[in-house]
Amino acid sequence: MTLSGLLVQLLNGLVDASSLFLVASGLSLIFGVTRIMNFAHGSFYMLGVYVAYTFVSHMGESVGGFWVAIILSSLVVALLGALIEIVILRRVYRAPELFQLLATFSLVLILQDLALFIWGPEDLFGPRAPGLTGSIEILGRNFPQYNLVMIVIGPAVLGILWLLLNKTRWGVLIRAATQDREMVSTLGVNQAWLFTSVFALGCFLAGLGGALQEPRIPANLALDLESIGTAFVVVVVGGMGSIPGAFLAALLIAEVKALCIALGTLHIFGIDFPMSKMTLVAEFLIMAIILVIRPWGLLGKPQAAARNDHSAEPPLRPSLPIFKWCTAALVLALLLVPVFEETFPYAQIILVEIFIAVLFAASLHFVMGPGGMHSFGHAAYFGLGAYGAAILVVTWKLPMELALVAGPLLAVLGALVFGWFSVRLSGVYLAMLTFAFAQIVWSIVYQWDDVTGGSNGIFGVWPSDWLSSTTALYYLTLSIMLAGILILRRILFAPFGLAIRAARDSDLRADAIGVDVKRVQWVAFVVAGLFGGIAGAIYVFSKGGISPEAIGVGRSIDGLVMVLLGGVQTLFGPIVGASIFTWLHDSVARETDYWKAVLGMIILLIVLLFPAGIVGTLSHLWHWVKHHILLQTKKEEASK
Amino acid sequence: MQETILEVNGLNAFYGRAHILFDVGLKVRKGEVVALMGRNGAGKSTTMKAIMGMLSRTQGEISFMGNPIAKSAPHVISKMGMGFVPEDRRVFTDLTVLENLEVGSQSEREGAPHWTAEKLFELFPNLGEMPHRPGGNMSGGEQQMLTVSRTLMGNPYLVLLDEPSEGVAPVIVEQMANMIMALKKQGLTILLSEQNLQFADLVCDRAYVLENGHVRFEGTMEELAANDDVRRNYLSV
Amino acid sequence: MSLLTIDNINKAFGGVKAINNVSFELPRGQLLALLGPNGAGKSTCFNMLNGQLKPDSGSIKLEGVELVGRHPRQIWNEGVGRTFQISATFGSLTVLENLQMVLLSRDKKLFRLWTPAASYYKKEALVLLDQVGMADQADRACSVLAYGDVKRVELAMALAHDPKLLLMDEPTAGMAPKERNQLVMLVKKMVIDRNLSVLFTEHSMDVVFEHADRMIVFARGELIADGSADDIRNDPKVREVYFGSGKSFEAA
Repeated sequence: MTLSGLLVQLLNGLVDASSLFLVASGLSLIFGVTRIMNFAHGSFYMLGVYVAYTFVSHMGESVGGFWVAIILSSLVVALLGALIEIVILRRVYRAPELFQLLATFSLVLILQDLALFIWGPEDLFGPRAPGLTGSIEILGRNFPQYNLVMIVIGPAVLGILWLLLNKTRWGVLIRAATQDREMVSTLGVNQAWLFTSVFALGCFLAGLGGALQEPRIPANLALDLESIGTAFVVVVVGGMGSIPGAFLAALLIAEVKALCIALGTLHIFGIDFPMSKMTLVAEFLIMAIILVIRPWGLLGKPQAAARNDHSAEPPLRPSLPIFKWCTAALVLALLLVPVFEETFPYAQIILVEIFIAVLFAASLHFVMGPGGMHSFGHAAYFGLGAYGAAILVVTWKLPMELALVAGPLLAVLGALVFGWFSVRLSGVYLAMLTFAFAQIVWSIVYQWDDVTGGSNGIFGVWPSDWLSSTTALYYLTLSIMLAGILILRRILFAPFGLAIRAARDSDLRADAIGVDVKRVQWVAFVVAGLFGGIAGAIYVFSKGGISPEAIGVGRSIDGLVMVLLGGVQTLFGPIVGASIFTWLHDSVARETDYWKAVLGMIILLIVLLFPAGIVGTLSHLWHWVKHHILLQTKKEEASK
Repeated sequence: MQETILEVNGLNAFYGRAHILFDVGLKVRKGEVVALMGRNGAGKSTTMKAIMGMLSRTQGEISFMGNPIAKSAPHVISKMGMGFVPEDRRVFTDLTVLENLEVGSQSEREGAPHWTAEKLFELFPNLGEMPHRPGGNMSGGEQQMLTVSRTLMGNPYLVLLDEPSEGVAPVIVEQMANMIMALKKQGLTILLSEQNLQFADLVCDRAYVLENGHVRFEGTMEELAANDDVRRNYLSV
Repeated sequence: MSLLTIDNINKAFGGVKAINNVSFELPRGQLLALLGPNGAGKSTCFNMLNGQLKPDSGSIKLEGVELVGRHPRQIWNEGVGRTFQISATFGSLTVLENLQMVLLSRDKKLFRLWTPAASYYKKEALVLLDQVGMADQADRACSVLAYGDVKRVELAMALAHDPKLLLMDEPTAGMAPKERNQLVMLVKKMVIDRNLSVLFTEHSMDVVFEHADRMIVFARGELIADGSADDIRNDPKVREVYFGSGKSFEAA
């Protein structure tokens, strides 16, 4: 590696830092004031690229026209953001953290299909910036002029934001609201418009970040999730809500990545370390390290406890006999399904999918409901279980039966490591760390061609002969799912189940009666990882293989949606949620090209209308009816 | 007799499924200092928050300067000239003293005392000595003064003062009492919640006594002093 | 020998001394009240005693065993129970389960994954609840209890592992006078019956003067007085910083 090469890489790092900062600063600003982790922030960035593509194509031939187009694009995105804030987000500010994340995630789905509808599925290469198409020479290497402009824009935006926040009344109000929104409103400030303005500014920054990329990268539909992951990392590393922190973090992450590229492949002790391949993992490793050393990020402050009002949850009680009988009847019905194979040929296949989803959702529910830890990376354990089993069968030639048992052990190993770090944090930080670990697993799987098959995945993983029929696999999956659910339920009623609920309700009290809270939570993580891994292992055999898409962020989010759809407060909720979600997913996807948007709308409706989830809502309804009938009878008795 | 500035009728409030206030009614006239008394958990803070529009579930009528406000948001109520000082201070710790005051500032209001940072610094000389200090680096007593000042910057007609003497040493309590009497002289109307009878005696004209969310007594401080039953049953004397 | 010996502890937060060279002792079977205005360092002192905070210097010994540097759960293991100013119980568990949790923790059975928790220590938990008069509400969730009842459950939990020392932070705040007296009398009974030592903070002077065996007073992080009710009442320093000079604030 030459000095000039290193220098150019470091300069490239500065360019990336600028664009990272633009997106992350908006995200951080929005989180600081509204306390919403806006999953759709990457989508606004993506829209910025697309809108800029359209505008610059039409009016960007002159230097002035280009920059006007960039600003206009950012304004369009800001306007869209304001509209979304007013119509949707205003309704979820009081909802629990998880519901907010879910609402914004539904926006990701909807906005992605909106972009698909307007701009189509092809990558769009936009025109370059007039007047900046050339390059300058640095130590004999060419460096694009446009990149120099990018380097300057980051610090310039930081400066403007600083002035805005510290030297204007609006800025003072924003900073006050970041700390205590209720007080601000009792002092006569209309929060609603404050929030809208912050959200619009945040979206403007995301849009600007995207628009500025227009000459550099093609507009495409993967930009949203790609950028949101990194933006989350930047915000968390910098400290939530801290703009200078976001700048520092963007710089740190971009430069570390640049160094990885500059180093190329290192030879240490005769082993090749392909450092340039580290870039996908680098940011998540940085985040994991920073969060363990400084749990609140570089310049962040400890956050108030997350608003998960689990402590008002009713105690777990043994099931009523009627419920037990209903369950038995349901199981009997499921056992009889293969008998009607001819009438419903598709039933077993969709049910196998549902069973796997149920087990996955139940294992996630275990850690996030009773455990109170909101994992945003449960796909990691599903993935480790799946790849564990697949590798054992294909590479090691082990029989399926053994792989089904040994595969999930890889998930346990993962949960042991990831859980150890994760339980040291709480709230949004924990959620983001679990997300980071899942991304690491995904990146490793995606890049480690020799072992995991890289982006192609591993295929030809079929069950043993005696299990190869649809019906045999159906019964196998059904029994594993039932056993899993019963065991998880049993654990929740055992002393350990009491301990995890106690640790969630009050870690202060738990600590003061000798409970090692972190250890309890760690074990809970591992238990959840085990069952998530089992779900992954059966999945491999039901599909005949596994690929990175199946274990990506989408899987983690699906799990969350399932649990919340059913209701996080009940044990039965995730089962219902997973069933309905899988069925919906399957039937909607067959009907339309825009299934993501439809799914997004459904999620949004549920979040806005049934915040307690389906089972939760039904049980509230039941209590309400009981209460009113009881009241009625009492009144009648009294009148007699 | 002065005009009624605040009137509450049949106020009920809920936290989740719990019913906290039951048909609370009270009146505050212009220029009065009225005490809302009762033990912890009697519903004093809840009453104040309900009046200020901070609770999501309330029923009943609240009128302020003749306008119904029961369904209004806190910022609307604040803009009408009602101030609120919470019991747990809640200064903006990252903001300086001046910035804290800036958040609270509203335009001048006819018939209400007009406050500026300078005037407040005269009332609270301690604050005047540290205009650029972040709220988080101040002592408890100074923070309390800042919270009061911040609310006064809105030039309110009426201030709801939640437990000014709660949990502070008697020496500080005396300072708070002096401040309230000074504000009263300026023409400010005050509704304050209080557990400490001696304190209320010192600064208030009238009192309402709450117990378990019900108003159990209303009358002048003299009447309250004469009523042993109420004092024994509902106050921590 | 004293049960608890606190020797010259110090604690500063960002340069501000919260606790300055405080030393005192607590013998077995004594009900000791810790008084002082807000911000005097009472809570800081409590949090150091149960291990939530680590003193900058000094030593805290329980029967000769050094507690400084230990984790709250280890200090609990040494026989120190605690109640909090804002009661901390497990809201989503029933009253009975709250007690079962403590007993399971005492006997290190928290990691059992199979046998239902309901079958552990039911009788013992009910006896403990009966002591504080909460047995009839054993099956209710802690989150729906009245405030005073939560405080009683918390007391039962703090006593469940038969501690030698009980730390109580404002045990009667928010309770009616009658309830208040009952609770303190209950604690007093434990002090006598079990030779338990109790250190508690309290704002209600009538409670303190009626029940405490001895009292110590903090002001601005320093211990300014230590003695019987009469000593404290007549201490000029205490009158100045705590009770105030105004006649209307004459203590009970």
